[in-house]
Amino acid sequence: MSVFVSKKVYPNAKSALEGVKDNMTLLVGGFGLCGIPENCIEALRDSGVKGLTCVSNNAGVDDFGLGLLLQTRQIKKMMSSYVGENATFERQFMLGELELEFCPQGTLAERLRAGGAGIPGFYTATGVGTKIAEGKEIRRFDNRDYILEKAITGDFAFVKAWKGDKFGNLIYRKTARNFNPMVATAGKITIAEVEELVEIGELNPDAIHTPGVFVQRIFQGINYEKRIEQRTTQKAVQISVHKAVAKSVQKRA
Amino acid sequence: MPLTREQIAKRIAEEVQEGYTVNLGIGIPTLVANYIPLSKSVMLQSENGLLGMGPFPFEGSEDADLINAGKQTITTVLGSSFFSSADSFAMIRGGHIDLTVLGAMEVDQDGSIANWMVPGKMIKGMGGAMDLVAGAKNVIVAMQHTDKEGNSKLRTKCTLPLTGVKCIKKIVSDFGVIEITEQGFVLLEHAPDMTADHVLKFTEGKMTLHPKCKKMVF
Repeated sequence: MSVFVSKKVYPNAKSALEGVKDNMTLLVGGFGLCGIPENCIEALRDSGVKGLTCVSNNAGVDDFGLGLLLQTRQIKKMMSSYVGENATFERQFMLGELELEFCPQGTLAERLRAGGAGIPGFYTATGVGTKIAEGKEIRRFDNRDYILEKAITGDFAFVKAWKGDKFGNLIYRKTARNFNPMVATAGKITIAEVEELVEIGELNPDAIHTPGVFVQRIFQGINYEKRIEQRTTQKAVQISVHKAVAKSVQKRA
Repeated sequence: MPLTREQIAKRIAEEVQEGYTVNLGIGIPTLVANYIPLSKSVMLQSENGLLGMGPFPFEGSEDADLINAGKQTITTVLGSSFFSSADSFAMIRGGHIDLTVLGAMEVDQDGSIANWMVPGKMIKGMGGAMDLVAGAKNVIVAMQHTDKEGNSKLRTKCTLPLTGVKCIKKIVSDFGVIEITEQGFVLLEHAPDMTADHVLKFTEGKMTLHPKCKKMVF
């Protein structure tokens, strides 16, 4: 039996970005700052590539995530469902320096899924009768109106996974999955950065979220900050009880 | 006195039935979770890819990979699952979510809702709101009845750009509980320190009193 020899593994983000050029369309995984390809975004900034169209649910915050590429004015157009939390974005948009296309979140997810699945468009009830429907074909099915939404594909797609193997099979962690699986399918070239890169055969085939066929390049990421946007907690009543117990145990010892 | 945010949330929690799957929006809707009795088994859906959302984590156990749609750190409950945004909106658009609770800037007597943009102001985006109002089996709106100048936000026709058309069946405002029917707004309950007439007076859209309209009790 032959063992698959992978040519997909790159040493770092910089090398994996080979071929990314000005004015390209880039698909970027993540929701808020959760599950974003941190290493690739930094490498894109350092590469100086510009005039980019970025498809991503959000636009990061001022000094992290896609906000880094807004600060350096490398992004010409954003396609997103929600771009609050970013003053740089707001300023550039208000000055007319940045184009913006809003797309409802579920429609964005489905447009990417369709792009990756070879489906050119689909009908959805989302946005019927709103600004989003303007200029779009309306079709009636079973007494309800639906609008035609077109698929999205990108020149490059960037995803972040928890674990990946050298064939490009990916496993995401908790809600860091979000848009990453669809983004992974919709890039002409998909680059995956992972927290832990393992050998082929080490991941359980039943647990794979993104099969490796969708991934053309993969590398082990470094220095993940994984910044939390809204740190919300509850008072640690039970924990303080545990601490009190621990203290009393310590005293006794 | 109009209802407090907490009272609005408490009243909406009464609408949540045993076995429901519920999506709660940002703001007052989030507070609804605090008033769903533990005796009711309810699964909370967060559209970024979680079914079975739990309370905020204890200090020190926050996980950057575990957030809700408001980007807040959260926890999971037993029986929870994670999935992609496409699967999440398949649940929403496919009619698998029993109830959605969200906020609104305006709702009109036809049940159309506006809650995502004000012309001339910076638009943050609709996020998942358009999908939620189009897809959920039942949508309840938590909102202020009037603006700061006392102008009704329950209108004959929405003046702001719409989020969804004819999709709202019930509103819990700080003035009371309002059903939306073919005949327009119907006042079912009014705030304890407010007469039904006061609610009618401060409603621009067509509103009638339900024959059994009652005073709310907290």
